[in-house]
Amino acid sequence: MANVKYKTLVGLEIHVQLKTKTKMFCSCPTGFGGEPNTRVCPVCLGMPGVLPVMNKKAYEFSVLAGLALNCSISRFTKWDRKSYYYPDLPKNYQISQYDLPMSEHGYIEIPIDGGETKKIRILRAHLEEDAGKNSHTAGNYSQVDLNRAGTPLLEIVTEPDLSNGSEVRSLAQQLQRIVRYLGVSEADMQKGHMRFEPNINIVGEIDGKEFKTAIAEIKNLNSFRALERSVDYETKRQLEEYLETRKGMGQVPKTTRGWDADREITVHQRSKEAANDYRYFPDPDLVPVVLDDAWFEQIKSNMVELPLAKERKFVSEYGLSDYDAGVLTSERTMAEYFEDAIKAGGDAKRVCNFLTQTGLKLANEAGKSFVEFGVEAEKLAKLSKMVSDGDINASAATSLISKMVENNEDPMVLAEKFNLLQKSDTGELEAIVDQVFADNPQAVDDARPGSKKEKKSKGFLMGQVMQKTKGQANPKIVSSILAKKLSE
Amino acid sequence: MSDNILSLSCKQLCDKILAKEITSVEAVEAVFNNIEKFEPKVGAYVSFDKDRALGEAAKIDKRIANGENPGPLAGVPVAVKDNMTTDFGTTSCASKILAEFKAPYTSTAVSKLIDAGAVIIGKLNMDEFAMGSSTENSGVKQTYNPWNLDCVPGGSSGGSAAAVAAQMCFASLGSDTGGSIRQPASFCGVVGLKPTYGRVSRWGLVAYGSSLDQIGPLSKDVTDAALMLNVIAGDDKRDSTCVDESIAPVNDYLCDLDTPIDGLKIAIVPEFIESASDEVAAAINNSIEVYKKQGAEIVEISMPHFEYAIATYYIVATAEASSNLARFDGVRYGHRSDDIKSYIDVYSKSREEGFGQEVKRRIMLGTYALSSGYYDAYYLKALKVRNLIRKDFTQAFEKADCIIMPVSPTTAFKVGEKTQDPLQMYMADIYTIAANLSGVPAVSIPCGFDGENMPIGLQILGPSFQEDKLLRVARMYEANSGIEYKKPAILD
Repeated sequence: MANVKYKTLVGLEIHVQLKTKTKMFCSCPTGFGGEPNTRVCPVCLGMPGVLPVMNKKAYEFSVLAGLALNCSISRFTKWDRKSYYYPDLPKNYQISQYDLPMSEHGYIEIPIDGGETKKIRILRAHLEEDAGKNSHTAGNYSQVDLNRAGTPLLEIVTEPDLSNGSEVRSLAQQLQRIVRYLGVSEADMQKGHMRFEPNINIVGEIDGKEFKTAIAEIKNLNSFRALERSVDYETKRQLEEYLETRKGMGQVPKTTRGWDADREITVHQRSKEAANDYRYFPDPDLVPVVLDDAWFEQIKSNMVELPLAKERKFVSEYGLSDYDAGVLTSERTMAEYFEDAIKAGGDAKRVCNFLTQTGLKLANEAGKSFVEFGVEAEKLAKLSKMVSDGDINASAATSLISKMVENNEDPMVLAEKFNLLQKSDTGELEAIVDQVFADNPQAVDDARPGSKKEKKSKGFLMGQVMQKTKGQANPKIVSSILAKKLSE
Repeated sequence: MSDNILSLSCKQLCDKILAKEITSVEAVEAVFNNIEKFEPKVGAYVSFDKDRALGEAAKIDKRIANGENPGPLAGVPVAVKDNMTTDFGTTSCASKILAEFKAPYTSTAVSKLIDAGAVIIGKLNMDEFAMGSSTENSGVKQTYNPWNLDCVPGGSSGGSAAAVAAQMCFASLGSDTGGSIRQPASFCGVVGLKPTYGRVSRWGLVAYGSSLDQIGPLSKDVTDAALMLNVIAGDDKRDSTCVDESIAPVNDYLCDLDTPIDGLKIAIVPEFIESASDEVAAAINNSIEVYKKQGAEIVEISMPHFEYAIATYYIVATAEASSNLARFDGVRYGHRSDDIKSYIDVYSKSREEGFGQEVKRRIMLGTYALSSGYYDAYYLKALKVRNLIRKDFTQAFEKADCIIMPVSPTTAFKVGEKTQDPLQMYMADIYTIAANLSGVPAVSIPCGFDGENMPIGLQILGPSFQEDKLLRVARMYEANSGIEYKKPAILD
């Protein structure tokens, strides 16, 4: 057996569909699905004599995303035409950015195993228009749907800094969270809002001799799972292939492979023998974009605290677990709701539990996010204080959340209405304890300090008090009354 | 009566229609009388629709009868080059590939004419996709010069010039990418104006060389050119290359036309005049005298990069064209070959059958110029030279208010004379191309006739967005040259 050492190099080409109301260069609405060729106009159909006009919002969205990806933002960019013939490309050129992308040289931090983060460098991010879709389902002809043609896309290209499927998945999820936080994309992979094309190869040593495999690009990945599995599969495949053939980069061509989700394997699609000549040149129908200070500042003012920073803050400032912080920051509205509750005096851990346990369960049942129930963060904060102050116990809090979701009333009002307030009146509770002691003399003896059965009997007596108060006795107070009376 | 109407200018006709001396319907009838008589010989139109035109004219007449003023072109019959979309009729660009193409939208310039009360009577012949200097590259028909039916009308807006000269419309729109308005105007003895790039919206103009194309009027006189420009000029949110009117305001191009030009500095480049034919050079020299007599100062300048204009143009224009014409692929509209076995055939056979020779030649030239490995040597180099040519103009306009030179080295040549030699044909644009490369406005006005009684054009070039001054200089020649307005012989 040969002595093999290797590492996988993965770079990503990512297309993120921007959440603008209209397309990149015309006023057709953007959207998903629908009857073919219903969201089209002369411009996105590439009719004669029409001209593109840049969607300013798309540009602002991509600048914001570029900033979030720590890129340097170009103050002067232009539009280029990328020429190739394909039926889903109406003009037979795509308007894109070639040598002056709107942003470049950034990085994205991704969480990796062991609570660490890794910086993945971003080569560039530029704006372009999407193509339509060809379908080959009918007879001996193909059909073209141009509804998607002209939709704004942010293309992000990373350096090959990723080394396995799990990192690739982590980056994808991190990016999804970022663009959703920024509000620039719905980032739904199933709907093709985010499309990832990993470029993979292996570099290593066999018995001290260096080797490199040819790069393969993987397409058709429409879930995080597929992304992760395909990278790991392809790594294994390339290694095995190399060990068998001993042919690597330079000896075999670059290839494009498709992910077969059913068989969970990558399948050869085509070889990239020669580089395409796209004949890029500046689009004479569009003017260069000059991002002046005022416009740049205006865009920057829409920047928000990014998810990873928030997540870390939730751990360090509020003492939440990594897991809880991750759940709370998965969506910006949820994270902000949580912070609002903390600002309103809520107890971080309790509010977190409300949201990640009962809240999440209710939200999932209703098929929406908890925030959408419309319960003000202040009310949740108040609920947490009621628990801290002993007004209610944890189980009462749980049922109160359901009731608040139902009719959005004040938790204290609801607690009174449903008789969920704890009995904290020491006098009243002492009387009940006395009654329980009178009814259970043996247990009282067993519960005396130093008795063998002390713990168990104390628990029994506590249970009796709770039973008598229908669970509304404040357990702390009862406990101290018990302790006091038993040591008398 | 009909003859009377036809010799009127747009301005005169519009005034008479508004004064209810003539109806728009009468004007349209008169134009169609002439079309019936001369169109079979001249072949200026790709398509026209008399019923539609009469219907529109009747609407204008009715509005006037109701006391409305439909606008500065009220009831005036005009025609447009067939590369401007109209939501009626076809827009073929004189190409087989678009022969049946019906656009669902009207180009901004044509919409503005209609909004000003003009009646669009038809679409005019041209070199296919505006590629040519003689209208011999039309995929539809040959247009002949009304002054001599053996001669070309020039091109690519040959139909636009011939129709005005043969009084088959009162004015027309053409497009000018390398001289395509000015050269046919000069060959046909009419006025042709290429406005500054960005002055007139290109929305709906089927692109040839997008950074060079500009729509402009062809008319009987300078006043009509100004009137037409008044109507079509202005910003358009649908054309990003249109210039913001807050930066370059649209002036009333009529109001200063008759202001004397004494003291104005007019530049000449002596070698440009010398390199034209003797008769053309003589006519230009005469026009210099006309300006001197009015007190203009003639200054001699040089434009060192002018000689590279043709080479630069044929790289920039063809590069853009190769990309602009990629959309004609038989997939969504236009000609699709019947002989298709694969999707590649849809492209290659539809384009093979649909495009003419010159269009194919320019697509190939442009594709080559943009190809990897050649881009720097051709396209990038051409952009650099283009900047130098712009600089030549900037420097020239520091010394003078305008420049005058010939439009074309010769008068109209015979049909077929240059078709075998594309390079010689390209040379016909030597004086006109630089204005497109630099974006400056330029106008061609009649300045005499050669021995064969063929019209000669004088070209005046001005600084960007100073069409008012340019037209004033043109008008002051027209008003003071003493040249009689002549009609082409066929009209007699």
